[in-house]
Amino acid sequence: MIVLEHIVKDFWTGEKQVHAVQDVSLTIEQGEIFGIIGFSGAGKSTLVRCINLLERPTSGKVTVDGRDMTALSPKELRQARKGIGMIFQHFNLMPSRTVADNVAYPLRGSGLTKAQMREKVSRLLALVDIEDKASAYPRQLSGGQRQRVAIARALANDPKVLLCDEATSALDPQTTKEVLHLIRKLNEELGITVVIITHEMAVIKEICHRVAVMEQGRLIESGDVFSIFANPKEELTRSFIQTTSNLQKINELIAEKAQIAELHPGQLIVRLSYIQRNTSEPLISTASRKYNVDFNIIFADVEIIQNAPIGGTVAILSGQRENITAAVEYLIEKDVEVEVIKDARVSV
Amino acid sequence: MQEFLYSIMPNVIDKLDDFLEAIGDTLLMVAWSGAISFVLGMIFGVLLIVTRPGGIMQNRVLYQVLDKLINFFRSIPFIILLTAVMPLSRLIMGTAIYVRGAIVPLVFGTVPFFSRQIESALAETDSGLVEAALSMGSSPIEIIFRVYLRESVAAIARGTTITAISLLGLTAMAGAVGAGGLGDFAIRYGHDRNMTDVTYVTVVVLVIMVAVIQLIGNLVIKKNSH
Repeated sequence: MIVLEHIVKDFWTGEKQVHAVQDVSLTIEQGEIFGIIGFSGAGKSTLVRCINLLERPTSGKVTVDGRDMTALSPKELRQARKGIGMIFQHFNLMPSRTVADNVAYPLRGSGLTKAQMREKVSRLLALVDIEDKASAYPRQLSGGQRQRVAIARALANDPKVLLCDEATSALDPQTTKEVLHLIRKLNEELGITVVIITHEMAVIKEICHRVAVMEQGRLIESGDVFSIFANPKEELTRSFIQTTSNLQKINELIAEKAQIAELHPGQLIVRLSYIQRNTSEPLISTASRKYNVDFNIIFADVEIIQNAPIGGTVAILSGQRENITAAVEYLIEKDVEVEVIKDARVSV
Repeated sequence: MQEFLYSIMPNVIDKLDDFLEAIGDTLLMVAWSGAISFVLGMIFGVLLIVTRPGGIMQNRVLYQVLDKLINFFRSIPFIILLTAVMPLSRLIMGTAIYVRGAIVPLVFGTVPFFSRQIESALAETDSGLVEAALSMGSSPIEIIFRVYLRESVAAIARGTTITAISLLGLTAMAGAVGAGGLGDFAIRYGHDRNMTDVTYVTVVVLVIMVAVIQLIGNLVIKKNSH
């Protein structure tokens, strides 16, 4: 649906050249929700603007729905943009227009009669579940409501693609979830291809099918969300994943000498991470029973991503020395990543 | 009543016809030069915004020329401008004197100021709105009318109010080319012939005019702020 080939975008700020995007190539399939994550300044907003040519790439080729965007005339480009909806971090609704007029804005010149426009606007507002605010002004709405209106406006010309530029970054976690669920609903019901730019791994985890990680203008890693979460290759990816998990807290607890992390001789703290789609087996309880080892779970953080559980637990193992070793080997055999965090078996 | 008015402002009542004519001349000057300046200032203000660096129709040369031209005319004191543009006035209006002769210099005195007012009014427009409009496939012309101008009505009304009041002040000097008006009336009688009541009454009329302009401006601003 969207093919980016060797996209480069340079800016000049005074004498200094900034390489915002450096040789990025990626393909986004029809109907998928594709996330691009990175810190601010990583070039992800610039990259997404290269899709509808709000930023014209310095070099490279942009193809959307089979059309080479960079080759279009200004008029053709405007027409093509009507097929690509976009929503923004700060919503960008027109403050002097009512909700209904905001949604009607892109319909001007679409050949619809006034009555058809009104009908379409109310259909769009119903789709995002905000019909009751049709005659309100944007300033009278909450952030979540404003983003719903922005989504309705972006969908006015029945686009095949929806670009979301940090669309939930100004919203609280609860509202973020609601907006993301709305986007997923639109993706499922309308088959619209969605590109999501974010710096929050939670957003990626919530709705994306595939994800790309950007750092300093480059694409450093990409893949389907489950495998990225299970096997992050890059340091940055790992640190993004850790922001959504509490399994790292054990290190802090040990550093603070918290009582819960105090070990008796012979005990062991391990972090178990599920990296394959097999967590439906009761691994811990099997290991515990089979090898007569006690698992005292301190943390557990298991989530369902793309219908498969992912995450892990931090646990204190106690039992006979050789039994512990056997239990750990069993888990490793079952594709659980085992990381020993603190070992009190030798240092008595 | 007549006697009472005569007792507090004898000279004004004596020159009542002149006085009313002066009010009429002032209103005529404000209306004509105001209307022309409004259109021209709006065009130049919009041009400044769209051609500025990073604007939707970025054009370095046009922007620089306009910018410098506006600065040039803004630095000429109005009383000098009044006589300096007389040849042009004669060319356009057929005369350089009376109310007709004052229109061209008043427009020259007002347009640069108003252009800047419009420029700063439009500059307040959130760049995100322009970006959103671009993403929806709006053309530059659409963005000018449906985003910049439409979303800045309150700010434009504010700038227009300020400009109209300053234009009213400029007309007081138009007497220098024989255009008449309230300023001229006050100088000729109030000052030159020491008829102080003329000065005071003129001031009162001007205060009322300013108040009415401000009132209308505030109404428009209030109606367009959401």
